[in-house]
Amino acid sequence: MFPVIPNPTTDKVAAKFTDKDLLRRSASTIQAPAQRQPEVAKLIDVSKCIGCKACQVACLEWNDLREDVGVNTGVYDNPHDLTANSWTLMRFTEWENPQTGNLEWLIRKDGCMHCEDPGCLKACPSPGAIVQYTNGIVDFVKDNCIGCGYCVKGCPFNIPRISKADNKAYKCTLCSDRVAVGQGPACQKACPTQAIVFGTKDEMTKWADKRIADLKSRGFDKAGLYNPPGVSGTHVMYVLHHADKPSLYAGLPDNPRISPIVEMWKGMSKYAGMAIVGLSAVAGVVHYLFAGPNRVSAEDEENAEKLAGGKS
Amino acid sequence: MSEADHGARVRVRRYSGTARLNHWVVAITFVGLMLSGMALFHPSFFGLTALFGGGQMTRWLHPWMGVVLSVAFLGLFLRFFWQNLPEGTDFVWLARIRHVLSGKEEYLPEVGKYNAGQKFVFWSQFVLISVMLVTGIGLWDQGLAWVAQTFGFVPTMDQRRWAALLHGSAAILAVTIWIIHVYAAIWVRGTMSAMISGMVTGGWGWRHHRKWLRKEVGNRG
Repeated sequence: MFPVIPNPTTDKVAAKFTDKDLLRRSASTIQAPAQRQPEVAKLIDVSKCIGCKACQVACLEWNDLREDVGVNTGVYDNPHDLTANSWTLMRFTEWENPQTGNLEWLIRKDGCMHCEDPGCLKACPSPGAIVQYTNGIVDFVKDNCIGCGYCVKGCPFNIPRISKADNKAYKCTLCSDRVAVGQGPACQKACPTQAIVFGTKDEMTKWADKRIADLKSRGFDKAGLYNPPGVSGTHVMYVLHHADKPSLYAGLPDNPRISPIVEMWKGMSKYAGMAIVGLSAVAGVVHYLFAGPNRVSAEDEENAEKLAGGKS
Repeated sequence: MSEADHGARVRVRRYSGTARLNHWVVAITFVGLMLSGMALFHPSFFGLTALFGGGQMTRWLHPWMGVVLSVAFLGLFLRFFWQNLPEGTDFVWLARIRHVLSGKEEYLPEVGKYNAGQKFVFWSQFVLISVMLVTGIGLWDQGLAWVAQTFGFVPTMDQRRWAALLHGSAAILAVTIWIIHVYAAIWVRGTMSAMISGMVTGGWGWRHHRKWLRKEVGNRG
């Protein structure tokens, strides 16, 4: 069993990280502090998940959110997708393992992966609407969000959702408010089987190694850690029994990375665009300096008069 | 009367009141779209959102201005479509672009209502605005909801990413064409009055659009 994070003191605790600990800030150039906070991570052990949805409840509860009453379409997923209020969602997959002939019930807790290289932050046009703390947490700052939905296009995991109520983007905060005072995320706290554990990224990687060794000893020889290098690793990681095929788990991307279209949109097209517009403005000024105004001469007016004859 | 008039006594009507109104609706929404679009295009222009009442308001207003512009531009398109069809002399005009730029119009063929440059502005803006309309709806939650309801079409995430890239790229080109359009109106003196009072002097017509002037004079009978 992973050592349980003790209950918090009721005394006032100073926040462990603040706005001074920003690694990245959307649409802004910032100087990151020289010293990084220890990187944190949430480890989701899919093999231990029983699909109870306590994490979903805890998330709604802690963040004071309500989900609309939905409709049952014959699947366990409830709600059917992430929403502006449901920042985490159990996704259920029934898979027949061709090697063993067993029906496997793969349950993955979906939500923000807190990428080390966050696509949402790269896409965001509003200064400070998305921030990344030096401990790795990627957070949306509601006051600065303009609701454009660019983060949705930037995300390789299809996580952010725009609220119909206030037109702002929402997603899992990794309970940055709880982590700031030394607590684990609400979902981790509520998990009855320790399928969700929380700590520093190093601790989580080591714990995952133990779990993977255990799974391998039980015949899951492809068990492994999901910490995709395409986004420079994530601060939410999975232990998967079939780590060779992440997409089995309700379409978890096999090789996530920021889409090259987004890279082009947020990179080259900006510089090329500003250069083209700037050059055309300069060309206008230069042309005017050399050619001068194109004026109608008195002769032109006389010719027009002759042409018009007495008809004007 | 402006200094360019040289006491012109012949005046020719170039644009009706409704054509001018239509043009200025397009012009005002274009500038509004350009400024709000720049704010979302690059962080260094984000301060422009203050003109529209903040970031949220800018994000809300931009697509609606786009809808107004699209409808108004369609008006201009239908109004001026026939006069902007390419003709043989356009290629001669383009081949002699050197003389155009140095203002030596005596070396150019006689031009009808629009020269090849104006036609280029007309058609390129038509294409670019069409691209921005389609991709703009793809970036607009309310627009996409309408598309899903009306046509049952929901774009994939990659299609939305393409929409973002194409929308910005088309906007760059449209702004470049707009700079050419505005510059030409400033450079060629006596042009502005065509879109303000609707009238140009006979000399302006003789110099820049002689074929058009001949036709107008002919029509007066």
